[in-house]
Amino acid sequence: MPYLYNTAEQRTAMLDRIGVDSVATLLEQIPQALQLHRPLDLPAPLTEIALEQRLRQLADRSTGAADRVCFLGGGAYEHFIPSVIDELTGRGEFYTAYTPYQAEASQGTLQAFFEFQSLICELTEMDVSNASVYDGASAIAEAVLMSMRVTGRKSRVVFAGAVHPESISTVRTYVQHLGCEVVCTPLSAGVIDRDQLSAALTDQTACVIVQSPNFLGGIEDVTAISELAHKAGALCVQSFNPISLGLLKRPGACGVDIAVAEGQSLGIPLQFGGPYLGLFTCRSEHVRKLPGRLIGETVDRQGKRCFVLNLQAREQHIRRDKATSNICTNQGLMALRATIYLATLGPQGIREVAELCCQKAHYAAKQLAQVAGLPLMSTAPFFQEFAVRCTDPAAVITKAQQAGFDVGPLLSRFAPISGLSVEDQAQGLLVAVTECRSRDEIDRLVEVLA
Amino acid sequence: MRNTIATRLLSDLSTPGRRGASYPASDVPVEPLASLIPSAFLADAAPQLPELCEPEIVRHYVNLSTLNMSVDTHFYPLGSCTMKYNPKRHERLSRLPGIVDVHPYQADGSNQGMLELLYEMQQMLGEIAGLPAVSLQPAAGAHGELTALFVAAAYFRDKGEQRTKVVFPASAHGTNPASAAIAGFDCVELAPAGNGLVDLESLKRAVDQQTAVFMVTNPNTLGLFERQIDEIARVLHDAGGLVYIDGANMNAIMGITRPGDFGGDMMHYNVHKTFTGPHGAGGPGSGPIAVRDFLGPYLPGPIVTQSTASDGTTTYAQTTPAKSIGRVRAHFGNIGILVRGYCYLRTLGAAGVRAAAEDAILNANYLKALLADVLPAPHGPHCLHEFVASASGALKDRGISAMDIAKRLLDYGFHAPTVYFPLVVPEALMMEPTETESKETLDAFAETIAKILTEDPAELKLAPQTLPVSRPNDVQAARNPILKWTPCVKD
Amino acid sequence: MSAPEGLKYSKTHEWVAITGDKARVGITDFAVQLLSDLVYVDLPKVGQSITQSQPFGEIESVKHVSDLYAPVAGTVTAVNTELPNQLELLNQSPFEKGWMIEVQLTQPADLSGLLDADAYTAHCATEGH
Repeated sequence: MPYLYNTAEQRTAMLDRIGVDSVATLLEQIPQALQLHRPLDLPAPLTEIALEQRLRQLADRSTGAADRVCFLGGGAYEHFIPSVIDELTGRGEFYTAYTPYQAEASQGTLQAFFEFQSLICELTEMDVSNASVYDGASAIAEAVLMSMRVTGRKSRVVFAGAVHPESISTVRTYVQHLGCEVVCTPLSAGVIDRDQLSAALTDQTACVIVQSPNFLGGIEDVTAISELAHKAGALCVQSFNPISLGLLKRPGACGVDIAVAEGQSLGIPLQFGGPYLGLFTCRSEHVRKLPGRLIGETVDRQGKRCFVLNLQAREQHIRRDKATSNICTNQGLMALRATIYLATLGPQGIREVAELCCQKAHYAAKQLAQVAGLPLMSTAPFFQEFAVRCTDPAAVITKAQQAGFDVGPLLSRFAPISGLSVEDQAQGLLVAVTECRSRDEIDRLVEVLA
Repeated sequence: MRNTIATRLLSDLSTPGRRGASYPASDVPVEPLASLIPSAFLADAAPQLPELCEPEIVRHYVNLSTLNMSVDTHFYPLGSCTMKYNPKRHERLSRLPGIVDVHPYQADGSNQGMLELLYEMQQMLGEIAGLPAVSLQPAAGAHGELTALFVAAAYFRDKGEQRTKVVFPASAHGTNPASAAIAGFDCVELAPAGNGLVDLESLKRAVDQQTAVFMVTNPNTLGLFERQIDEIARVLHDAGGLVYIDGANMNAIMGITRPGDFGGDMMHYNVHKTFTGPHGAGGPGSGPIAVRDFLGPYLPGPIVTQSTASDGTTTYAQTTPAKSIGRVRAHFGNIGILVRGYCYLRTLGAAGVRAAAEDAILNANYLKALLADVLPAPHGPHCLHEFVASASGALKDRGISAMDIAKRLLDYGFHAPTVYFPLVVPEALMMEPTETESKETLDAFAETIAKILTEDPAELKLAPQTLPVSRPNDVQAARNPILKWTPCVKD
Repeated sequence: MSAPEGLKYSKTHEWVAITGDKARVGITDFAVQLLSDLVYVDLPKVGQSITQSQPFGEIESVKHVSDLYAPVAGTVTAVNTELPNQLELLNQSPFEKGWMIEVQLTQPADLSGLLDADAYTAHCATEGH
């Protein structure tokens, strides 16, 4: 058997020491009637050579972004991943360790996550970042639960405008048995209709959730939205795009209380949707209501600076049913990827990536509208992603695919977006452009669709 | 051989003007930014990230990595965490372009290999559980628990039943009550019984028509099989409730007994534990759930379904179950971890899976026997994949606590067991050696513990003495939390 | 441990000093020692009403958290705002400087469930650790 050490002689010696004649005796604590008296029905074992053949055979029937030109968006983007990330996170000392329960034997992990928290705070201008949650959608769900704890209001949460439909679905699942109403206020001209939002806020609203850039790409006036939320005594939760913060005003400067994100664009591969990285930040006054792990700086017995798991009394292993979250395992290795990504790019690098995405997306939008006849769905300002209207979106996608391009997703694959007409939802197509796309690729896509 | 420069904080290392990455100039016509985005939405300056060059980033993180104990470098018997070897082949295979570069919104037609893999994974996990309906969506074990409780809540609501309670034993992982509370249930904890198992009589008293779910880890956190589990299940089923099996300890029973066969209605896996994920310094995990047929329609979507055309071609598609609870996250699941779990199960096959469980049990019992005289486990005589020893004798006789032993083990080059959990054992040291350790390692570990117990108790309070730091001040950290780097003059 | 005469005590280790229709509430020396390494206390706000035997706040050590149970019912009229930033007051002076809240009693205090100093000392002995 692969990966096992024990030889037949050693097994005998070990059984002798235990004082039993066979492993079967050790298994007697499992009643005979409950034991499985047949082999599991699993595929036959494969050697490493055969396993590699099997995986290659499967992988060959899934074409990756490397084989195609990817203009897909909707919350997952093909950004360039510097080589250092795979090399460094591929070190066994990182990826074969676990949660740093023994601080002395985990200073590498602890310091790396402290740096993660520091860099995410610098990126967002928020006070506190935790050491990650599962993904962007579950981060919003955790933010909603935290808003309820902070405000003491448990009966209403309001999604403003176009938040990712999968995030809304996730929040609905999380609160559906808590008697909490989930309200979605409509878009108007591609961004939040502020009058309708104001009208939806009550003195029982725990939070307003705004995504900016929103699901259709539009940049929201987050400062104005958070003022509206605060006027109603609610918290403002922003879901942001981390790369966009190379250019855009940051959540901390817009007055939001909790800022969360899907962190995939920070050096994490697409891998069909996961593992990704939930970023979770808040203002310092709410830190004891924060879900998830936190790393803190302290000193050791001899006064030397070191790092520990901190404020653990919030967590499930201590507070059990009153914990701020049930999360235990988080996205550690993905947080390490994001830290190395941000450290590698630095302030100039992230600004350059953001500018490239923005310029190329605007070029693509212009060409698609003027040459291919696919107009923007709204005039709202956008960052790297936008929605175009096409009379036969399925045909557009197929045409692009046949030429080796992936665009989308189609808005029709999602639950109805509040404020979008049935026609717009049926005809809308998202297009995302990152720094990886060249002018030539954009021109060819436009040509194919023209 | 310490390198203290490279382990300073990134922000302390920052030197204005350094760069780790550069990007090509734009090849599209560049427009003034303010003409694209209103200036009110633009930041005044780039984020205040540190400025570093590539070589120093590499040196920094390589040096940091050497401050960790890990499965690759040390014996890591952290109970309940299944710190087994992480096969290197998984790393290479999970980075194949057809896996790592697949976009979640790519059409199913161009993603048939991935979907086939995930379908096969659903089938294998259903078979090992004895519970046929599987969702791969949850991102970790606790997420799987929560998802299953949402499924149970939806099921009862659909049946028109008002069930408000979730019951669990005192030895349960903290995630059980935390998940139950988030799912909107009231938590009922059973008092611990003397033999470390669920007390059937107190269970019967706790379970009634308001009980939705009984959550139980089997084998439990003491490494003992709940041998009355079929009776337990009968109590629940007679009252119309469901039995949830916390699969944290599946490494003990895979191929030997199945949750579905011993009365479980729902369970989660920890793919990063049982199927050697890896653990990633705290995650990512993957927490698929398997449930009985009648709960299948409530699973979160999408799941993968298979269909065969009349010409014999098989295709795979993503579908959402009829009465789905909705999503618990975006996208399909933690694919990177599921692919590694798939590689593991395809490498082992049925016989290998059972052999792994049997060796995990053999190793745990062997270590338990080696320690029987010096650090006895109060429950037994035998265990499954792990056991909980107690240092209360050592504390009483010599003033040596579980924490002292744990810290001193680090000096001798062993990661510590889980300490002070479960709470039902005083001075608990929870040890799970796993199957991928040798007799020689277990012998050395047991000898070391015996030696530590003869050492000067006052010296042990100073352990570890050979690691970079020793006994961090947790109180100071929690009283005045410093949670990020702040620019200030320091040594 | 100490338990001054004249105070009333709950089995959950809160003390209460009653003067007329006002009461001052804190936790005992025994509780402080049991909790050890205190790191945080969460107290109610002035004006909040508290219910006898129900939690009015929380106290945390590094790896433990406990509810603070109200020994009497009433409305909070003052909070020891020094305390959260100076938790050592609880070690130095649990019955004086370490007080937590002052309460305006809404009804005559129901003291039947509370213990006097001797009974409380005996109770602690049975809980011993």
